[in-house]
Amino acid sequence: MALEIPKVKYTGTIKEITVGTGTNAVTVGGETCYPFHMFEGKMPNAPRIAFEVWDHEPQEWQEWAVEPFKDVIHDPPAWAKKCINVYGAEIIALQLVSADPNGMDRGVEEIVKVVKDVADTVTVPLIVWGCSDDEKDAVLLRRVAEVCEGKNVALGPLSEKNYKQIGAVAIAYGHAVLASSPIDVNLAKQLNILLGNLGVPDEKILVDPTTGGLGYGLEYSYSVIERDRMAALTQEDVKLQYPVVCNLAQEVWKTKETRLTEADDPKLGKERQRSILMESVGAMSFLIAGADIVIMRHPESVALVKDMIKDLTT
Amino acid sequence: MALTGIQIFKLLPKTNCKECKYPTCLAFAMALASGKAELDACAYVTPESRAELSDASAPPIRQVTIGTGDYEVKIGGETVMFRHEKTFFNKPGFAVLVTDAMGDEDVDGRFHRLGEYQYERIGLTLRPELVALKYTGNKERFLALVRRACAEPYSIILMAYDHTVMQEALEIAKARKPLIYAATKDNYERFGILSKASGCPLAVKGEGMEETAVLAEKLTATGLKDLVLDTSTRTVGAGFQEQVGIRRAALMGKYKPLGFPTITFPCEMADTLMKETLIASCFVAKYAGIVVFSDFQGESIFPLLLQRLNIYTDPQRPMTTEQGIYAINNPDRTSPVLVTCNFSLTYFIVSGEIENSRVPGWLCVMDTEGLSVMTAWAAGKFVGDTVGVFLKKSGIAEKVDHRKVIIPGYAAAILGDLEEELPGWEVLVGPREAAHIPAYLKMWK
Repeated sequence: MALEIPKVKYTGTIKEITVGTGTNAVTVGGETCYPFHMFEGKMPNAPRIAFEVWDHEPQEWQEWAVEPFKDVIHDPPAWAKKCINVYGAEIIALQLVSADPNGMDRGVEEIVKVVKDVADTVTVPLIVWGCSDDEKDAVLLRRVAEVCEGKNVALGPLSEKNYKQIGAVAIAYGHAVLASSPIDVNLAKQLNILLGNLGVPDEKILVDPTTGGLGYGLEYSYSVIERDRMAALTQEDVKLQYPVVCNLAQEVWKTKETRLTEADDPKLGKERQRSILMESVGAMSFLIAGADIVIMRHPESVALVKDMIKDLTT
Repeated sequence: MALTGIQIFKLLPKTNCKECKYPTCLAFAMALASGKAELDACAYVTPESRAELSDASAPPIRQVTIGTGDYEVKIGGETVMFRHEKTFFNKPGFAVLVTDAMGDEDVDGRFHRLGEYQYERIGLTLRPELVALKYTGNKERFLALVRRACAEPYSIILMAYDHTVMQEALEIAKARKPLIYAATKDNYERFGILSKASGCPLAVKGEGMEETAVLAEKLTATGLKDLVLDTSTRTVGAGFQEQVGIRRAALMGKYKPLGFPTITFPCEMADTLMKETLIASCFVAKYAGIVVFSDFQGESIFPLLLQRLNIYTDPQRPMTTEQGIYAINNPDRTSPVLVTCNFSLTYFIVSGEIENSRVPGWLCVMDTEGLSVMTAWAAGKFVGDTVGVFLKKSGIAEKVDHRKVIIPGYAAAILGDLEEELPGWEVLVGPREAAHIPAYLKMWK
């Protein structure tokens, strides 16, 4: 009996989405096969890693997470610049954490100023990630869209509740959007349909399936992404044929297993390496499931995952 | 390849003798088809039918058992390409490599770490299970390692291509059912005999999928059943694609020669433990039966044990946490009391956020059969009566002097009923999202 590896019959292609403009623009998507299944299809654009930058100096980061940025962490534009110039960032994901009404609750204009400063400084594409409060984000991202006009940034997260407001300004100012749904294929599809009805062009939609941290629900996100890809590539589900973005940095770095030191629990080993591996093992899992962009924190995690992407795509 | 009840029925004696405890042969056939009965219950089935039936009912990927006792590892037996299609059953075994060329310190360290790195999580113990002992030319030292491993509880992989060395090793270790690694095109006949004589599973190592399949076919022709596959590929991209290819061939192509679990060697694919860990993470997701590491450290093995737990969690069944009171951040008699459901993801996230808040607290976890707060509420399992009874019986009243309890924001509707059920208690509605717990607790008085 001769060996023949059964091939999957792919009928769909993931749409190619470009973020940013000019020579530094980044295109993701375009896959015609499952992730890294190079023997039966193409991944014309390798998955990308976005470095996260916060809009305000983080208060509760581990020392070993702060360390690579300690000279710039109080200054978002300088922080973003360091990610690009020193750590080779190809995308910056600006997290508007300080907007959170349950946290710092900073005023919209104060944050918009930070966004503008960062947008004017960076030479790579920008993702601007709100605080996941539907109302605040609707107001905030509207202004962000205005000040980033012409830069083709990716704005999000857009939920079922605020997609109209943010979607409309994204169309007006030519930005891409991150359609966010709570770990469910049908809800993801529904929001994509709604965005389409609203007039958001197909080449401007990225999907955020909601990301669970390693040991904290990773498997739910993992399987939703796999199901997304299966529907998109083999079941002609055109409304799921969009690139997937996983915002995993915060989900990993807030867990207690990235906070405990070796002295707290010797069996967990060195805290720095452990946190880096928790972040990069999580990222690898999502990339294997089908993520096109992973948002990460530590430069060493990024370097490790970048190296793996290279190995898996060549 | 599974047969339907009717197809099975045609192969049965059709005497309705009832000795199988089923009223008719048809009923027995239906039970066989759904996996509720074993063919052995029928004493009258012809050998030809038996062969046909066992062939058809054999899983497309053989389940192979390595080791004995507490550390026994079952691998293979998988039936789907994607975990959401059903579930993955047998998580890959994690092995640490020890060779006869290592000094005492390296050997001792690896054995120690293999036993040391165990973690409790949701009532499970996460730990690596195997030691891979590799012969590199020093037979006396290799055999001493085998003896040493036999004195430990871990499951064993014996690695040598020389059949005389393997035979001596097996004489020491065969009662422990080690995995014999490996039969190659040069030695497979002798290794096949060793496997058969010792009853130990055998790894088959070919150059690529094709040659591995040819060797596996030759060995199964001699009657061997418990094989493990190694394609010799040690590059990341090709290794990953071969894991997919083997699983595809077995499940989608019904290709028997590759219907076995695989063994992978990140230890031979990277220069650093960090990189090795990431390569291993690919094989945990797609589709290794065993992963062999150059070493374990807490920082490297713990993330992979978590990943393995996540990927091999049965998506058809919610994970649950044990009902009870959980003390977080060393609470005392004045600390806040929170109540939530026992869906383990809820428990992890809520307890994690309480920890993050650094505010000491008592978290009362109620058995909702693994349903989340909203689902449990909708199903009538997380309502005033049930939560009230649970809190009364939980003993929380003896742990605190105050009489206040915080319920999840999504269960705000149960407030009235719960206050009625718990006279003297004040019921407070907490945040809807766990992420807002720290801010809420910091303001709690």
